[in-house]
Amino acid sequence: MNTLQKTGLALFIIALLLFTATLGLDNYRLTEESLTEAIGNEYHLEAITAAAREKGILGKEYGSSFQFAPAFKKVLESAQKSLNQQAKEGLPEGTSQWEYKMGSWLFKDYAFIATKKSSTGPVSGNPLLFLFLTIGLAIVGGLLYILPKFRALPGIKHNHIYHNPMTRGLTPGWRGSFLGAAIIGLLLYGVYYMNDKYFWPAATAVVALLITALVFFYQGEAKHTPARSASPQVAGWLGILTGVYLIGFYILLYWVPQHIIGWILMADPVSRALNGGEASQWFLYGLLYTLVILVMGVRMFAKYRHNRYQQIRTYSVMFFQLAFAFLIPEILVRLNLPSMDLKNIWPLNYTFFFDWNINNLISSGAIGIFMLVWGIVLAAVAVPAITYFYGKRWYCSWVCGCGGLAETLGDPYRQLSDKSLRAWQYERWIVHGVLAFAVVMTALTLYTYFSGEKTVLSFNSNTVRTWYGFIIGSAFAGVVGTGFYPLMGNRVWCRFGCPLAAYLGLVQRFKSRFRITTNGGQCISCGNCSAYCEMGIDVRWYAQRGQDVVRASCVGCGVCAAVCPRGVLRLENSSMDVQERAKAVRVIQVSKEGVKLVD
Amino acid sequence: MHVAILGNGIAGITAARFIRKLSDHDITVISAETDHFFSRTALMYIYMGHLRYEDTKPYEDWFWDKNRIRLLRVYVERIDFDGKKLYGSKGEEVAYDKLLLATGSSPNKFGWPGQDLGGVSGLYSYQDLQNMEQFSDGLQRAVIVGGGLIGIEMAEMFHSRHIPVTFLVREESYWNAILPPEESAMVNRHILENGIDLRLSTELREIVDDGRGRACAVITSTGERIACGYVGLTAGVHPNISFLNGTALETERGILANDFLETNIPDVYTAGDCMQLRNPQPGRRAIEAVWYTGRMAGETAAYNICGQKVAYDPGIWFNSAKFIDIEYQVYGDVQAQPPANHASVYWEHPDGRKSIRLVYDREQGHILGFNLMGVRYRHEVCEKWIREQTHIEEVLPNLGIANFDPEFYDEYDEQLVRLYNRQSGRGLKLKKRRGLAGALRFLKSGG
Repeated sequence: MNTLQKTGLALFIIALLLFTATLGLDNYRLTEESLTEAIGNEYHLEAITAAAREKGILGKEYGSSFQFAPAFKKVLESAQKSLNQQAKEGLPEGTSQWEYKMGSWLFKDYAFIATKKSSTGPVSGNPLLFLFLTIGLAIVGGLLYILPKFRALPGIKHNHIYHNPMTRGLTPGWRGSFLGAAIIGLLLYGVYYMNDKYFWPAATAVVALLITALVFFYQGEAKHTPARSASPQVAGWLGILTGVYLIGFYILLYWVPQHIIGWILMADPVSRALNGGEASQWFLYGLLYTLVILVMGVRMFAKYRHNRYQQIRTYSVMFFQLAFAFLIPEILVRLNLPSMDLKNIWPLNYTFFFDWNINNLISSGAIGIFMLVWGIVLAAVAVPAITYFYGKRWYCSWVCGCGGLAETLGDPYRQLSDKSLRAWQYERWIVHGVLAFAVVMTALTLYTYFSGEKTVLSFNSNTVRTWYGFIIGSAFAGVVGTGFYPLMGNRVWCRFGCPLAAYLGLVQRFKSRFRITTNGGQCISCGNCSAYCEMGIDVRWYAQRGQDVVRASCVGCGVCAAVCPRGVLRLENSSMDVQERAKAVRVIQVSKEGVKLVD
Repeated sequence: MHVAILGNGIAGITAARFIRKLSDHDITVISAETDHFFSRTALMYIYMGHLRYEDTKPYEDWFWDKNRIRLLRVYVERIDFDGKKLYGSKGEEVAYDKLLLATGSSPNKFGWPGQDLGGVSGLYSYQDLQNMEQFSDGLQRAVIVGGGLIGIEMAEMFHSRHIPVTFLVREESYWNAILPPEESAMVNRHILENGIDLRLSTELREIVDDGRGRACAVITSTGERIACGYVGLTAGVHPNISFLNGTALETERGILANDFLETNIPDVYTAGDCMQLRNPQPGRRAIEAVWYTGRMAGETAAYNICGQKVAYDPGIWFNSAKFIDIEYQVYGDVQAQPPANHASVYWEHPDGRKSIRLVYDREQGHILGFNLMGVRYRHEVCEKWIREQTHIEEVLPNLGIANFDPEFYDEYDEQLVRLYNRQSGRGLKLKKRRGLAGALRFLKSGG
């Protein structure tokens, strides 16, 4: 590490500390003005203002959002109660019950916006300054750290990955503890999220146990002790810290955004410039996500200066994130059109067939109808057709946002994926299980949409999709999917959870021209390909027996071919032998007739 | 029947796997080195932190139980060939019906003064790696002796930890007994651009004792004294058979083996680095300490042990390596000092880190070999061309189907054709570009 890099690292750490500190810098003071700005519904505003005054909260200053939140929740509950009481006594002229009463589902939004409007202090006073001091400084620091890497000789840069406390991974024990704690914690939080109804969390726990039983006893994994799963030595403490930070970030972002008001305030100026409105937590997330992919994309260019496949692929994920996932949706908002990430495909985009989305698109004129048709064509035609020609890589490692983050921010952690046979068995049950869940959930939602029946086979379709959104859309994809980068590798979501990856994978496995070919007898079984496969494919197992790699999970990142020291692997498409790709055809064979290279 | 296999490297393990495929014999693999098979060629990646030891094991640990291959961690000191018994250093006894000796190599030591001091070692076994690791802490400089594949690996290993390296090469250019001059010069340049202190035409004269039994410096053939805390001896390897001295087993440098990998003693076979062929194929050496030949010999031995007579046939020569960041592949007959009938067309990239050499017969014109630096070619395609003695002017227009570089990489095959045209005054044109379909069509075509 040279001076420039040390400076960059120091700047980045300062920026990160300040970024974290901004959450505690502001105070929160509820005033009549802030409430007026926050609450649009005049009946609710009146009731909340009255309740706040009654509770003595109006004008009182709170030092942190964690003190403000419970106090304001009491205000909301009291306002709700008084509105309900007054509704019984008679609604005002020309007002419906829906407008008048305050449903509990509004609490989260009200709490968020009221907290935001109540914040006073350095961050809310100078959002732009803090934006530059945190996110801006982090970008500068990151680039200072990355840019000197362009000076190194071109070649594979994996020195000391397993010596680095950031990237060495965890011992199986540590990893199991984190995973177990995350699953139990999320399911318990799920009970609270579903308003104390424990049916769905319990059902999910039963499915998890069922899958474990299937893997252990039906597929005989109980006999196999996983030996090469994670770091055999002391856990990488920096990786653990990073994982915990990311997990915390996602929990706050998804479920209690009123505690990250400081960050969202900083995003306000950017949001106003782009779409004319204030930032939500989703805008902040999109902004950070895009910046991370762009900066870490530069790192990929430095790392793979000698590899044009990696370069072009990285340009591609940077472009699709910046344009399709970030800028175009914001511009659509500014133009008052329905906002859509045009490359987000069902079933990854699980809300696509939700009633509000369909209604919104149908009522938005020609462009809305185009978006509806576009989304259906992508899922029904483009996915199988393009995957037939190029494999699922066209999406997973070239276009997808989750893939984009995994291939940039997640690249330093790719070696942490579990290569054991046991992990593969888990993968197949879980990822196809999620696909089945997504299909059933969407079917129920559509049934309700067309028939108007809320309950199908005694399941309330609304509850099903709420639970899907929580456990798959947020917990699996975000908290575990990204939070576990330094703990279980950068493709935990893509490998175990993504229903679209499962769908693409079925096409790739059974009907595609794509495969990774192996080069005759040149494999030396060194294990670099397997180690750096982010999807946990034991590539070496194929390479050393001269068999082409045809696997549902392969996202075609091309890193196995890049790290191979003997030039054994190549990503290829050919229509010549689509049906026999998986056969071992190009192995060195000793037989009674002598040594042969080709069967 | 009980088959005992001495050595759990690529030769022994390949034999064990194929014996299991072919038979129901009891199989015991014995090694003193590690409990499980690992890829010896990947030792350097453990040191450099690219891999953990676990990652170098090609099979998960339960694989051996499942395939009923018994693994024994025993140091065999003595073999009683008459009584068909192995004796371990701790009094263990293993009886066998058939025995495969796959004991591998040991690093060469040429009687240098101080060659057995602490901090002086080759790099062959897992223990060698641990030894290197142990001496790396606080190491100020390492000296590597011997300009071969292990030498440059070791240089890269120390270099990855920013430990200064002096690399003594006896020849006037790196590995110039194997590499043609241009390729050898390319590696010289690459070693130097990595900041490694390369000393060509320099030999080791003496390793200096620090007074406590550890190496503290070397003295070279030029009389220079280079202070160092570690000396890597990488001047080749020899069969690891010293424990067999004085037995009825016929040995020279290695264990002598006939075409069926049988030794002079019935039911005793040999495979891998330790075997010395009585009748090597023309153009091939009697001892080839290479991963690939070890694998082929192991498989051949398995057939013969299981009663199916199969002669050892290593096929057309191929090999590969990586010189720091430059990949190397060779197919067929490429010689450093080519005989008169060898002609070649050699192309080198302006960046000086990639090259392609096609060797062909000057009179008949058929292709003899491919030598590639920083460019990947398909093994099967090159092999088929060589085996079928395809004419160079048939190979050149179709060169695209041999290209195995990743997608979007520049293709240099066109430039080779142009170079050949300039050399020969011909007007060939490249017909086939890189792509799997063309390669498959060629491979599946008759002949």
